[in-house]
Amino acid sequence: MESSFFQIQGVNKTFGGLKALNEVNLNVEEGTVHAIIGPNGAGKSTLLNCCIGKLIPDTGTVTFKGENVVGKTAYQINQIGIARVFQTPEIFPELSLIENVMIPAFARRDGNFKLNWFKSLMQEDTIYKEATDILENFGLKDQMMHHAGNMSRGDKRRLELAMSLIQHPKLLLLDEPTAGMARHDTNKTIDTLKKIKESGMTKIIIEHDMHVVFSLADKISVLAQGAIIAEGTPDEIKGNPVVQEAYLGGADDE
Amino acid sequence: MKNEKILKSNNIPLYMVIFSVVVLTMPLWLEPIGAAYPDLLQKFAIFGIFAVGFNILFGLTGYLSFGHATFLGVGSYTAVWSFKLLTMNVLPAIIFSMVLAGIFALLIGYISLRRSGIYFSILTLAFAQMSYNLAYSVLTPITNGETGLQLSKNDPRVVDGLFVEVGQGIPSTNLFGLEMSGYQGFYFCAVLLIIAFYISLKIFNSPFGLNLRAIKSNQTRMSYTGYNTKPYLLAAFVISGMFAGLAGGLLAVTDPLAGAERMQWTASGEVVLMTILGGVGTLLGPLLGVGIIKYLENIFSSIGVKELGDFFSFVPDSMHAFVVDFSSLFVGEGWHLTLGLLFMIIVIFLPGGIMQGFDKIKNLMSKKDKE
Ligand SMILES: Nc1ncnc2c1ncn2[C@@H]1O[C@H](COP(=O)(O)OP(=O)(O)OP(=O)(O)O)[C@@H](O)[C@H]1O
Ligand SMILES: [Mg+2]
Repeated sequence: MESSFFQIQGVNKTFGGLKALNEVNLNVEEGTVHAIIGPNGAGKSTLLNCCIGKLIPDTGTVTFKGENVVGKTAYQINQIGIARVFQTPEIFPELSLIENVMIPAFARRDGNFKLNWFKSLMQEDTIYKEATDILENFGLKDQMMHHAGNMSRGDKRRLELAMSLIQHPKLLLLDEPTAGMARHDTNKTIDTLKKIKESGMTKIIIEHDMHVVFSLADKISVLAQGAIIAEGTPDEIKGNPVVQEAYLGGADDE
Repeated sequence: MKNEKILKSNNIPLYMVIFSVVVLTMPLWLEPIGAAYPDLLQKFAIFGIFAVGFNILFGLTGYLSFGHATFLGVGSYTAVWSFKLLTMNVLPAIIFSMVLAGIFALLIGYISLRRSGIYFSILTLAFAQMSYNLAYSVLTPITNGETGLQLSKNDPRVVDGLFVEVGQGIPSTNLFGLEMSGYQGFYFCAVLLIIAFYISLKIFNSPFGLNLRAIKSNQTRMSYTGYNTKPYLLAAFVISGMFAGLAGGLLAVTDPLAGAERMQWTASGEVVLMTILGGVGTLLGPLLGVGIIKYLENIFSSIGVKELGDFFSFVPDSMHAFVVDFSSLFVGEGWHLTLGLLFMIIVIFLPGGIMQGFDKIKNLMSKKDKE
C-alpha cells in the first residue's frame, strides 16, 4: 500500500501478561478527522502513547509522512508536527495561562535549545499577540494572569487544547478532549474543534461521547481489547452489529 | 500593548538603581546593627553572588544540587593559583575561577542531570564529596591538602615580574594597583554582586528563564511540547556553577588562601538553607537568606554572657540571671540553635520563605485599602 499521511502498522504492545495492543493497523488521510472509539481499557490511550514516544511498541511501525517515528524521543516527534492533548490535563500548573500558551509557541524556535537569556519576554510581541488571541478565542483571556493550576478541570482541558493549537501541528492527537467537562463546556469545545476541522488540520480523536464523535469524525475505528474490530464512516459504524455487541459487552458512557 | 505584565519585574532600570543604591550603602545602614565592618560586608556580597547563582538552578528549574560548594572551592583554588603563578591582579583570577568552575559544572552537570529529583541531588552530593576528599588526598600537589593553598614569597608571579620590582614580603591582591582588602574589597565584590543580580534579573524575564520555570512545573509536558530539556538544565547548571566559581574566586581575592573545607557538604547545604529561608525562585529571597545566615553566624556567635548582661540590665535583679542564662542558649555557640528554630518556623509557616511573608503582608494591606 502506498504510504499515506499517518500510518500505524502491525503495532503490538504487552504489559506483563496483558496484551494491550494486538496487531493494530490504522491509516489516517491528510486533512481528515479520524475517531477511535472503544470501551474502557481497550487500549486507545496506549495506542496514542505509542505514537508520541511515551511508549515504544513491541513490534510495528508508526510512520508520519513516510518517516518512522518509533524510537524517536517525545520532543523530536513534537517537532516534526505531532501534538497531543492528554486524557488527564498536562499543563504547567504553577505558571499563568498566558505563559502556558507562550511556551508551546516558543517551542518551534527554541525547542532544541536557545540561550536567549538576555532577551526580554517583552520583546516577544508576535508570540504574545498570538497567545492572547488564542486565549480570547477560548474565552480564557480575562483569566490570563491567573495560575493555570487553579482553574476548573474543564478550563484546564481547554487550555491544553489551546497549547496544542498554537503550535499549528500537522497532526493533532486528542485523548477524550471533553471528558470531565460540563455539557456547556463540551459544546464550546466541539465548536472549537469544528472550527479547526475547517482549517484542514488532521486529527485523531478518542472519544466516548458518541454525539461528539458523529458530529466530528470523517472515519471511525473501533478498538476492543487491543484490536481493531471495525472501521468505516460514521454511518457504517452506526449500523455495524459487531460494534453494537462490543459496546454492549463493556458499555460505559462517561 | 500590555505584555510587560508577564514580566517578573517590569521596570528593570529602576529596580537596578534601587538595588545598587541599597547594596552600595550597606556600610551605612548596617552600622546600627553592628554589621558594617568590611570582613562581614564582603561575605554578604560574595555569598550573595553564590546564592543568586544557585537560585538560577534551584529556583527556576527545581533541581536541587547538594554539591555547589565544589564550584566555590574550585573558584578559590583557581584564584590562588592565578595569584601564585601569574599576577596579584584580581581580574584574571576571577575570570579563571569562573571558567574552571564552568568546566567542572559542565562535567558534573552532564552526568548528574541524567537523573532528576532525589537521585540528581544524591549524584551532586557524591561528586562534591569526591572532590572534597580528592582535594585532601590525591590532589595535594594542587591543593596543598590540609594546610590549604597559600601564597608564598617564592611564587613565580611571572606577569607581575615583568612590570614591577619584586618587593619584600608577599604582595597583596589588587585591581590594577587598588588593594582589595577592607572597604575597597567590599566595593569590588558589591559591584560584581550588582552585575550578577542584573544577569539573574534578565534571566528571570527572558524566554530562557520561562522555559526553565516550565521545566520545574512539568518537565514531561515540556518534552511533549517539543523541548529538549537536557541542554536547558545543563545551561542553568553551568551558569549557576560559574556564579559559584566567581564567589569562590572572590573569597580568595579578599583573603588569598583556599582550603578543602570550602567544598564540604555543609557548605553546599548552607546555600540551600539561604535560598529556602529567603524564598526559592524569588529574585531577592536568596539575598535575604544570605543576610540573615551570615549575620547570625558572625554577630550572634560573638555575643557572650557579658553582652547579654548589659543588654538585659533593665530586667529586675531577681530575674536577671535567669533571663541572661536562658538567652545565652541562643547566642555565641548557640547561634546554630537560633538558625535552626528560625528555619523550622519559616519552612512550616512560610514554605515560600521570607518573601512569601512579605507577599502575605502586602496582600493584607491591599485588602485593608479596599475596605
Ligand atoms: N503503562 C502501563 N503499564 C501497565 N499497564 C498499562 C499501562 N498503560 C495502560 N495499561 C493497561 O493497558 C490497558 C489499556 O489501557 P488504555 O489506557 O490504553 O485504555 P483506554 O482505551 O485508553 O481506556 P479509557 O477509555 O479508560 O481511557 C488497560 O488494561 C491498562 O490498565
Ligand atoms: Mg484512555
